[in-house]
Amino acid sequence: MMDSMKLVYLAIPLVCLFAAIVAGLFGRQIGRTGAHTITIAGVATACALSIYVYVDVMAGNTFNGTVYIWGISDNFPFEVGFLIDSLTATMMVIVTFVSLMVHIYTIGYMHEDPGYQRFFSYISLFTFSMLMLVMSNNFLQLFFGWEAVGLVSYLLIGFWYTRDSAIYANMKAFLVNRVGDLGFLIGIAAIYATFGTLDYNAVFASVPEVINQSIEVIPGSEWSIISFICIMLFIGAMGKSAQVPLHVWLPDSMEGPTPISALIHAATMVTAGIFMVARTSPLFEFSETALSVVMIIGAITAFFMALLGLVQNDIKRVVAYSTLSQLGYMTVGLGVSGYAASIFHLGTHAFFKALLFLAAGSVIIAMHHEQDMRKMGGLRKFLPWTYITAVIGSLALAGIPPFAGFFSKDLIIESVHHSELFGSGIAYVAVLSGVILTAFYSFRLLFMTFHGRPRMDQHTLQHVKESPMVVILPLLLLAIPSMIAGAMFIQPMAFSDYFSGSILVLPQHDVIGQIAEHYHDKSTVEIVFGFMLHGIMQPPFWLAIGGIFLAWLFYIRRPELPGRVTESVKPLYNLLLNKYYLDDFNQKFFANGTVGIGRLLSKFGDTVFIDGWLVNGTAKAVGYFSRILKPLQSGLVNQYAFAMIIGLLVLMTWFLSVN
Amino acid sequence: MFEANQLSVAIWLPIIGAIAVLATGNDQRAGLARVLALLVSIVTFLVTLLLYTGFDKASAKLQYIEDTPWISALNINYSLGIDGIALLLILLTSFITIIVIISAWKVIREKVAQYMAAFLIMEGLMIGVFSATDAILFYVFWEAMLIPMFLIIGIWGGPNRIYATIKFFLYTLLGSLLMLVALVYLYFAGNGSFALADLYTIKLTLAEQIWIFLAFFMAFAVKIPMFPVHTWLPDAHVEAPTGGSVVLAAIMLKMGAYGFIRFNLPITPDASHTLSGFIIALSLIAIVYIAMVALAQTDMKKLIAYSSISHMGFVTLGLFVFNKMAIEGAVIQMISHGFISGAMFLCVGVLYDRMHTRKMSDYGGVANTMPKFAAFMMLFAMANAGLPGTSGFVGEFLVILGVFQVNVWYAIIAGTTLVLGAAYTLWMYKRVIFGAINNKNVETLNDITNREGLYLLILTITVLVMGLWPAPFLDVIHTSVDRVLALSSVTKL
Repeated sequence: MMDSMKLVYLAIPLVCLFAAIVAGLFGRQIGRTGAHTITIAGVATACALSIYVYVDVMAGNTFNGTVYIWGISDNFPFEVGFLIDSLTATMMVIVTFVSLMVHIYTIGYMHEDPGYQRFFSYISLFTFSMLMLVMSNNFLQLFFGWEAVGLVSYLLIGFWYTRDSAIYANMKAFLVNRVGDLGFLIGIAAIYATFGTLDYNAVFASVPEVINQSIEVIPGSEWSIISFICIMLFIGAMGKSAQVPLHVWLPDSMEGPTPISALIHAATMVTAGIFMVARTSPLFEFSETALSVVMIIGAITAFFMALLGLVQNDIKRVVAYSTLSQLGYMTVGLGVSGYAASIFHLGTHAFFKALLFLAAGSVIIAMHHEQDMRKMGGLRKFLPWTYITAVIGSLALAGIPPFAGFFSKDLIIESVHHSELFGSGIAYVAVLSGVILTAFYSFRLLFMTFHGRPRMDQHTLQHVKESPMVVILPLLLLAIPSMIAGAMFIQPMAFSDYFSGSILVLPQHDVIGQIAEHYHDKSTVEIVFGFMLHGIMQPPFWLAIGGIFLAWLFYIRRPELPGRVTESVKPLYNLLLNKYYLDDFNQKFFANGTVGIGRLLSKFGDTVFIDGWLVNGTAKAVGYFSRILKPLQSGLVNQYAFAMIIGLLVLMTWFLSVN
Repeated sequence: MFEANQLSVAIWLPIIGAIAVLATGNDQRAGLARVLALLVSIVTFLVTLLLYTGFDKASAKLQYIEDTPWISALNINYSLGIDGIALLLILLTSFITIIVIISAWKVIREKVAQYMAAFLIMEGLMIGVFSATDAILFYVFWEAMLIPMFLIIGIWGGPNRIYATIKFFLYTLLGSLLMLVALVYLYFAGNGSFALADLYTIKLTLAEQIWIFLAFFMAFAVKIPMFPVHTWLPDAHVEAPTGGSVVLAAIMLKMGAYGFIRFNLPITPDASHTLSGFIIALSLIAIVYIAMVALAQTDMKKLIAYSSISHMGFVTLGLFVFNKMAIEGAVIQMISHGFISGAMFLCVGVLYDRMHTRKMSDYGGVANTMPKFAAFMMLFAMANAGLPGTSGFVGEFLVILGVFQVNVWYAIIAGTTLVLGAAYTLWMYKRVIFGAINNKNVETLNDITNREGLYLLILTITVLVMGLWPAPFLDVIHTSVDRVLALSSVTKL
């Protein structure tokens, strides 16, 4: 029994890897149909098996074991292995399901692209990497998966490698992520130095023993080792999950084809940081400092990135900033120890955000690769399916009951409300204000794109038509969980022992436990309705309604208003339009600065100082002395003979005097 | 006969083979010379592979020992023997030589026999360096191996080859002579023996140790090369033909680090500990400073040369924190860097053979015309940037884990390579491979031939296997690293 399950666990990532290799290496031989058939078959198998594993885990069968020993050093075996519990199984289902939808969608979206097979190979490779990441039972493999998804992200952002903007964006993404990875790697090194192991369970089990240990990073100030480890790990999460100030790569990543924006840069890869913090909750729980940092960074991201979403005109960038902001919500949830709420939101967000991206992609196809919303409008008549699914996605994102996003987002906001962590008051204000912004920008997108008068040119207008079935089908399949996943999973995920054993929450941090008290001894249906009823009486709901109303006022009712408002707050508007000037700062200070220092060092350090002074200087000095000594080698035999006689005399004198 | 002299076979087989290759004469029979050279290199590789399979991983003793009097008057012996570290380096040497010979197949058209023979002779001498257990024998191999390298750069090199060769020669000569002085001193300070095992037991005062340490240091630091005696390397690489660059980067640089392991650490353990801060500082400078200098390069070969120096910083850093994981990481980094830097120089060679320029600005958009090549180079670039799953990660990871246990800041500073290493490598890749085609020469490029694909594929497999399963490499060095650590922690005062 156990062995057959182990084979299933192995098969899930490996079918994706196999499909990726075949499509990548033999793309020409198997052709387009072959490439998408094999990769879709692979990920569909993985998805089916993941659901099977999920059911099995829910029945109480968890697993923790080694696949093979990577290498032994200093007598410690570094292993590759799987930890299958409710957290892992949930992630596996989300990843493989969204990936399957994106695979199918890609048939329609990329059908004219010459790199068709390559694209399928990459997204299957991504699915493999992401699965290895979430299924890992140790920090080394986590880092492997972490970097592997980063690599595929790099390859896919730069998929259209002839575009300057794409190859700039992919390098930026990789390097900014690497800054986070540096923190992550140091965190892993600190874990090894502290615990002598990288295995999750072994580390978590011995946390209480090291709780009073400290580390002196800056001379004179002692830090708790747990805090140090957690903050370093979180720096890694900030890179991958695009938290301020390491968020700058995500908006630019929209240079990649839309399917991967949905899969990698919205639903799965960017949530790896959220997953990682939830996975390491037994560490974070013992450092309120780290939790505070997590919460504050998350709150800043949730609020300030939502603001940027207000002023974007590129349809994909609106969704991208929305993703940043929602990742901020998840991070806040982690910070207040509402890990279950964050993972819940991660799941619902994966569905409705993938849906929104794919719907945006459907619009982009219809518009012949035009992404500027100012040139759209009135598309709902032409793209009915896309429109309906986009509305569902937007309602879910805005947090309107009974759509999925309502439950998960409200749970996070309630968790923050109940938290007593340092700074939670400010975080609560940030996440509340974020709600109105979220509702505003998502309905702004909807109204600008689908409502009002068509603003595109005549030629485009005549050719606008609904996308093919392969594009619509994934939209519909994603719309279903976007509607019902919240109501379905609020009770098990938040108010049952779903995550017990995989997520640790100390009693004094248990915000969700406090919320759950209101729903004690109630049936699932009562909980769902009770939660909705409670939600409708709370500020977030009315803020969301207010946001939608404002969007309607600005973009349907009084279309001249946005212009006037932006005119009256010009400096603020420019600040937002320029993304707080962070990109400019990074480019000038970090990128140009480092290259500039490199040029200086190359010129003055290596060329002038070492080569010029030391090396050639030595050579010149030798040359100088040789010029002085050169007259001695005159070639005149009588001079030589004279010197020899003198030398002989000196030697003899010395020899005699010594004896 | 073979059993007892397996190391000698590995040393002399390629050298004798080289004489046979030379005997094929002038370029009219170049084809024969090529085939013969390839055969010799493959047989040598198989011989070294037998060394691996017959190696007793559990034993801490030197293995495959040979001992014959050579110059009895001075008690100098022809004595050989290897531990796991030397074993891996010997395997690396014989492996890379095959790759170099395949890569030169069509590219070298003049004095083919001589070119092939030079590499085979160098192979034998380098294996000699790694297996010598008598200091003078080591010294002879050490110096002799430079001669074919000078010839390779001086004859088949680029336009500025004379300057590069002289610079290379003077740098290394200075270091080598100091090593010889130190050896002579040790000969008289001890019991009149040059056997390494005897040198390890000589009692020395701290002052003596520091002088001897510095003398060895000069010889080995130049070879690695460490900051600030590194400036010969970029020049030598730029002028060397592709094969020369590959051997230089993949194997010769490792000899400096090997020297540290064989001479500095065990002969002058107290000085090694006293001066470790100094070496660590130079290593960290190499990692950060050189990485920044690499960012500023416009010539691909120079960039990779600087990248090599920066990566070798991890080796010296790992050796001098006296932590087992860090030393194992350093050894793995040496091997892995052999594969990756070799592959990177071969990639530049592939481009250079077609375009006859190494300037990045002459390229751009190569992926459009050479997609297969672009895929290979992507993998090697990522390996160079230390991506997990490639061999480039293993050494850096173990060194950082080991170093962290000693000092947090060393680990953080070394860790900046994660960002800087990726920056210069990917920036180069972006400028050369990505982008739209903007010049005619790139437009007419042909993708790699089967021969080029063959050696790039072999290296790809090696880099991936070592990254995904470094266990076979780590397993043979555990006891050897224990021995190094034990020798370097016994005080000689």
